[in-house]
Amino acid sequence: MSNAEVHKPVEVIGLGKKFGEVVAAEAIDFNVERGRVVGLLGGNGAGKTTTMSMLMGLLTPTSGIARIFGKDASTRDAGALARINFSSPYVEMPGRLTVAENLEIYARLFGLRHPKDRIAKLARDLDLESFLHRPTRTLSAGQKSRSALAKSLINAPELLLLDEPTASLDPDTADWVRRYIETYQAETGAAILLASHNMPEVERLCDDVLMMRDGRIIDRGAPSALIARHGRQNMEEVFLDIARGGSAAPAGTGL
Amino acid sequence: MNDRTINLTTRGRIFALMLRHYYLYRGSWPRIIELAYWPLMQIFLWGFISQFFQQHSTLIAQAGGLLLAGVMLWDVMFRGQLGVSVSFLEELWARNLGQMFISPLRPVELAAALMSVSLVRTLVGLIPAALIAWLLYEFAITSIGPGLIVFFFMLLAFSWAVGLAVCGLLLRYGLGAESLAWVTVFALAPISAVYYPVSVLPEWLQWIALATPSAHVFEGMRAVMLEGRFDWEHCFWALGLNVIAVALAVWIFASAFDAARRDGRLLQSGE
Repeated sequence: MSNAEVHKPVEVIGLGKKFGEVVAAEAIDFNVERGRVVGLLGGNGAGKTTTMSMLMGLLTPTSGIARIFGKDASTRDAGALARINFSSPYVEMPGRLTVAENLEIYARLFGLRHPKDRIAKLARDLDLESFLHRPTRTLSAGQKSRSALAKSLINAPELLLLDEPTASLDPDTADWVRRYIETYQAETGAAILLASHNMPEVERLCDDVLMMRDGRIIDRGAPSALIARHGRQNMEEVFLDIARGGSAAPAGTGL
Repeated sequence: MNDRTINLTTRGRIFALMLRHYYLYRGSWPRIIELAYWPLMQIFLWGFISQFFQQHSTLIAQAGGLLLAGVMLWDVMFRGQLGVSVSFLEELWARNLGQMFISPLRPVELAAALMSVSLVRTLVGLIPAALIAWLLYEFAITSIGPGLIVFFFMLLAFSWAVGLAVCGLLLRYGLGAESLAWVTVFALAPISAVYYPVSVLPEWLQWIALATPSAHVFEGMRAVMLEGRFDWEHCFWALGLNVIAVALAVWIFASAFDAARRDGRLLQSGE
């Protein structure tokens, strides 16, 4: 087993970020193992996107360390970055370029030798063929989401970071996207870190969940364990419990 | 993905970004026209002015292409700087900066790609202008001789330095500083002594002018065209000052990138 293979996709130790006096993240500790889907939950401003940005090396932490495949994320190691990818409905691709052109450029940025083969496969798998040669700005929300998903899978990432992948999608398209994420994860054994406000989605996809509030992880565990611990019926109720300041169970249960 | 399908090279990533701009221009004819429009208008205007001056000025009559050479070489500065700054603006307008850096791309590779795009844009703008100058006014820019290549690359290097520094400011202040991309280079025009010698300037301003590589290039251009000699002293000054200017610009850009990572502006760039 090579050195690269023994490292966890994500190791986060005491990670923190302050913007002036504002604490965006504090004392964050968690790991994401291969083949696991970990949910990052919390209200707006809880620190989910800040945490993800630090994992991608887009934001430098003020304390602690985030390691991606054993490499300090803040160093933006090219080898580690080539093994991850990210999708968010809030980060678009250049609208004047066609979907195929955008995908080719991202494929080349990730160092793919044969981008056209990979694009053709993703176009088939994600049903992009009918709009592959249309400018990205002319696509519907559902088509944009599928294109963004294709971009996030262009390098067949071993670690996939998804920030609200089904936000603003109709239930049918959202279900389609979830099924594809499940399939990809099952086929590749990739690790996935998923930030979402959609609790049924979290229950369906996630093996483990990190609950965040005010930049801190205040609870963690499998969805079923969290539901049982909080004495609730589902994750929606657990989320409301925590978001509204309800007492959280002690952290440190595993991840 | 295995090692046989992955090619993690700097060259590959620079090529990817150049391809991004090629696709952008291929699908946008107004952008293509804009590349050649201003250099052509400049040549038309200054060509007629030159013809008028040739009949009324001993100096211009002595070297008829002096003004046109100045126009074209100044456009290298202008186009070169725009090529870097506007290409960077395209990423901000498309809100693409965050997406690009969710990949192994390094800031220095982005800078190299912007410079490469700038070189192509400058040539696309200037070649038609040079042809018009030759066809309409019988002035061949190549008549400057081998020194033309030196002048071209010295000015291009300085324009890249200015362009990169502007990119750093755009990264720091966002699209609120967009106008800097268009106006910054004009602050250098009076002290670059494009159409007159540095000696015309007040003495205190001459010192400032001679601290810019561009003033040395235009002094060198006049030495070739008026005296028929290549001035090595101006050439070495331009080279040395360019090394300092480019190093300073890279530092400004790298510092702005680090600050953007510290303040969380990469994903929000464009706002």
